[in-house]
Amino acid sequence: MSTPTVETHSAALDAAESGSVQLINVTFRIRRFNPEEHPDPVWVDYQLLMDPKERVLDALNKIKWEQDGTLTYRRSCAHGICGSDAMRINGRNRLACKTLVKDVNPEKPITIEAIKGLAVLKDLIVDMDPFFQAYKDVMPFLITNGNEPTRERLQSQADRERFDDTTKCILCAACTSSCPVFWNDGQYFGPAAIVNAHRFIFDSRDEGGEQRLEILNDREGVWRCRTTFNCSEACPRGIEVTKAIQEVKRALVTRRF
Amino acid sequence: MSTETNDLVVTSVHAHTGKGLGTGNPADAFVVEPARTRTRKTPRRTRTNFEMLAWLFMRLSGVVLVVLVLGHLLINLMLDGGVSRVSFAFVAGRWASPFWQVWDLLMLWLAMLHGSNGMRTVINDYAEKDATRLWLKGLLGVATVFTVVLGTLVIFTFDPNI
Repeated sequence: MSTPTVETHSAALDAAESGSVQLINVTFRIRRFNPEEHPDPVWVDYQLLMDPKERVLDALNKIKWEQDGTLTYRRSCAHGICGSDAMRINGRNRLACKTLVKDVNPEKPITIEAIKGLAVLKDLIVDMDPFFQAYKDVMPFLITNGNEPTRERLQSQADRERFDDTTKCILCAACTSSCPVFWNDGQYFGPAAIVNAHRFIFDSRDEGGEQRLEILNDREGVWRCRTTFNCSEACPRGIEVTKAIQEVKRALVTRRF
Repeated sequence: MSTETNDLVVTSVHAHTGKGLGTGNPADAFVVEPARTRTRKTPRRTRTNFEMLAWLFMRLSGVVLVVLVLGHLLINLMLDGGVSRVSFAFVAGRWASPFWQVWDLLMLWLAMLHGSNGMRTVINDYAEKDATRLWLKGLLGVATVFTVVLGTLVIFTFDPNI
């Protein structure tokens, strides 16, 4: 479900996979940025001796705790649910807490940088405000008319299944910050906002679907999607993001004709 | 997505003192401050179906253009001696038939609008300032209208006896 990579395996890695712990030397090349020190970002190399079965987040923690306390990044649950530590590892958006070092070819320097398309505040931390603004703009909450029922709103299993995929989103921004349309024009809603609109548009209990479709029908909505599939590839939860966007497009077209 | 890094690399021994380590790469400026970020006030709502119709037009015209353009190329470049026989008389002969008039007219309109809409998308993607967008789209619109009107005029007022 995460983003596995097929990269070369060495004897040391095979030994590591067989169960015996064998520490290897890994270089992490991290794109550091501190506007108070210098206006430009710079790549800094860190050497670590670590078990290749550890995660990239473990490596970042080691660097911060043992080598350079000024390294700054977000992380919270460290188990792929909070969505704090999305970053660009070896040129692809992944969660540092779901990426094992052995899966990103530790024989070469592993590059780590902030996700693209959002303003970098410091090191790996970006300004998430525009991302969450797009999320808020699709009204990601239940909208209903009439009186509130006295018991829970029932739904068939098939109806629940309809939008199951898009309920998995953890708002880590890996998809939105991998979208080339979003890189060039941050006004675009971006995949994550559309996924969360999809979650309610196709929910049989919700009655605000029409409003959300209207919002996504506008200039910066789904029609800017160029189906490059970067978002589906980047999603650490394995959501078929591009498919969800296409389903919203289809709903818009069939609604009119 | 390349993993190659052309930027300056320093080792952790000379930690991140920053001073004088700038890479001078213009791409860095983009990473640090992207253009056109979304705020609570943007974007402006338009509440029209224009984007959807434009998107549908691209798909439908694309399908029709495959037939029209490939047919056009086949006739003009391959069949019956190919490109060597294309001359004023050849064009005049074809445009004597309403079928080819309609074929060429359709091809002109669909190809021009298809191409212009594609260019509009490119401008929307890459132009950062509103003024730049306005000018580029204005220019594009003028060029499109000029070409379509001129082409239509030629097809309908063509006189083989000039």
